[in-house]
Amino acid sequence: MRHIISVLLENEPGALSRVVGLFSQRNYNIDSLTVAPTEDQSLSRLTVTTSGDDARIEQITKHLNKLVDVVKLVDLTEGAHIERELMLIKVKASGAQRAEIARTVDIFRGQIVDLTATVFTIQITGAGEKLDAFIAALGESVVLEVARTGVSGIARGDKTLAL
Amino acid sequence: MEQLSGGEALIRALHDEGVEFLFGYPGGAVLHIYDALFQQDKVEHILVRHEQAATHAADGYARATGKPGVVLVTSGPGATNAITGIATAYMDSIPMVVISGQVESRMIGSDAFQETDMVGVSRPIVKHSFMVQSAADIPTVVKKAFHIASTGRPGPVVIDVPKDATDPKLKIDYEYPQDIKLRSYQVPSKGHSGQIKKAVEVLLGAKRPMIYTGGGVIQGEGCEELTQLTRALGYPITNTLMGLGAYPSTDKQFLGMLGMHGTYEANMAMHHCDVLLAVGARFDDRVTNSDTSKFCPDATILHVDIDPAAISKTVTADVPIVGPVQSVLREMLDQLDKSDQSVDDQALKAWWKQIDQWREKKCLAVAPAEGGIIKPQQAIQALYELTEGDAFISSDVGQHQMFAAQHYGFDKPRRWINSGGLGTMGFGFPAAMGVQLAYPDALSVCVTGEGSFMMNQQEFATCMQYGLPIKIVCLNNEALGMVKQWQDMQYGGRHSHSTYSESLPDFIKLAEAYGHVGVRIERADELHSKMKEALAMKDKLVFIDVLVDPTEHVYPMAIKGGAMKDMVLSKTERT
Repeated sequence: MRHIISVLLENEPGALSRVVGLFSQRNYNIDSLTVAPTEDQSLSRLTVTTSGDDARIEQITKHLNKLVDVVKLVDLTEGAHIERELMLIKVKASGAQRAEIARTVDIFRGQIVDLTATVFTIQITGAGEKLDAFIAALGESVVLEVARTGVSGIARGDKTLAL
Repeated sequence: MEQLSGGEALIRALHDEGVEFLFGYPGGAVLHIYDALFQQDKVEHILVRHEQAATHAADGYARATGKPGVVLVTSGPGATNAITGIATAYMDSIPMVVISGQVESRMIGSDAFQETDMVGVSRPIVKHSFMVQSAADIPTVVKKAFHIASTGRPGPVVIDVPKDATDPKLKIDYEYPQDIKLRSYQVPSKGHSGQIKKAVEVLLGAKRPMIYTGGGVIQGEGCEELTQLTRALGYPITNTLMGLGAYPSTDKQFLGMLGMHGTYEANMAMHHCDVLLAVGARFDDRVTNSDTSKFCPDATILHVDIDPAAISKTVTADVPIVGPVQSVLREMLDQLDKSDQSVDDQALKAWWKQIDQWREKKCLAVAPAEGGIIKPQQAIQALYELTEGDAFISSDVGQHQMFAAQHYGFDKPRRWINSGGLGTMGFGFPAAMGVQLAYPDALSVCVTGEGSFMMNQQEFATCMQYGLPIKIVCLNNEALGMVKQWQDMQYGGRHSHSTYSESLPDFIKLAEAYGHVGVRIERADELHSKMKEALAMKDKLVFIDVLVDPTEHVYPMAIKGGAMKDMVLSKTERT
């Protein structure tokens, strides 16, 4: 099963490599990974999506917790949560295609953030499946380049991952 | 406040941390540190002859004393040579602090001379690591490193020190921190009382109980409590390879070591038990055998460990207890006192009757060979008798290690020093140096094989320099015995690259070349007398080259893919 694990990490040199190294060392999957500093400059927030049965996920969270640089973590998929991913996508857009693509962008609530005579650059956010669906709707033949951030997430309601 | 350079601050911090010995080897990146060492007399430096030996010596010191072993190596090859020793300590959860030199900060990443990314290279085999950013960081980093290395589940910590941070011209205000707080590193101080209570209830309800304990009981200083608990319950107990000595081997409740080369009775009792109390053990594949679905099929498993990740890693625990073993065992004893439940005496009596039948098998008995050939087991038995079971035994890896574990009975913890997890050949001799330095008046014996010994034989020179009167008992079978045994059993006797008898050195002359004494023992009838003479040379390092039966195998041996009850008992008998 797919899990989204959010980690508060000391914002120290080498901390990220310890997390990534743990996954490869113990043969765990990383499907996506996002990391950036938080409002507290001494902490980074890292979100990793991974998959495995319950025993494996338990081991992953235990081993992450053992890392001295890991301050706190939560498996977001254990409760209600919001997940988002941002995608920048460059597509071929000329002639009659342009209106058609613009309509599709509207339907998916994306934005055209840059354009040339033959190319649109589109920004779109949502869960991973929405971004996949958008690419499918456009048709792979028009896609020139895709840049996705990977999943970021947060729990619904009052629950917080903070010190 | 005192003004010290980074190099001076580093050595001073080690002293303030209570470090007696620093095992190391100098080189360009650590010359400032070595200069600071030269100008003080508080921390004693032991110059080894290879950095790997520095780590093993520090490791041996740590295992024998419980205090962290400390290593100082230079950058590049100095650091990478230390890797095997760090990995060895990591696998066995041994507290160790390794200080490695690094090229100057401005040179890092430029492929400078003797540059290697030590923090990166060592990352998967350390508990934590630090890259010193400036001289001012040094006292705090050292404090943190020792705290992390020696608390919780212990392990090695690397401190990488760029040369400019130890520059003698740059002085810092030195103050060693008293306490250190790490918001992301907390160690449990006790176990969950509800879980402990539940565990005691399950234990008391057992019909066929078994206690299985590992290195964690020794590391966690829980041996006394374990012994009390085991005796109070009257239950059978087994120790892992790493846990030998935690419970007195001469006690009647002790069934011997378990696992791949464990005793018949220990493995049978494991397989048939209905309640298993595991303490400070990690259900390693050398214990459970490869297929954990066949492991202890009828047992309710109670697992005590300080590391939550060790619990339910390979075998699911029914009652998990995360906490320091000493405190958890004490609380179990308290709960036992308070409980109105009592041990099921009748069931226990029947269980012991069954165990005594298994013991009748005498699975470790060895028939003497004909023609005066020495059986390796006899050599260990002779050593046991002559040292009255009271020596520190450091071992290398292979058949001799298993013979020592099976036939040298340990009644005290921290007497059996061996590389259980990583299985590092070349570990034993330098580890025995660390033991001897820690306890100068004790008998420090290295049980080895000629193959393992040759992996770190250069340390003869270190022993001469520091006058370390180690006794090396080499079970010389002129082959890589354990490899050869597997080739005999699984590869049709094809001894692919496991023999080398025609090229072995004369170990007696080799020992003598370094100024030591060599004794060769070739016949069974001279085993006792010659070994006694050798051990009596108190002030000398003696290399005792015991020529043993090269055809001998280690038995019992687990059958791969089987349950714990499935064992090969001899060349002709299986369970």
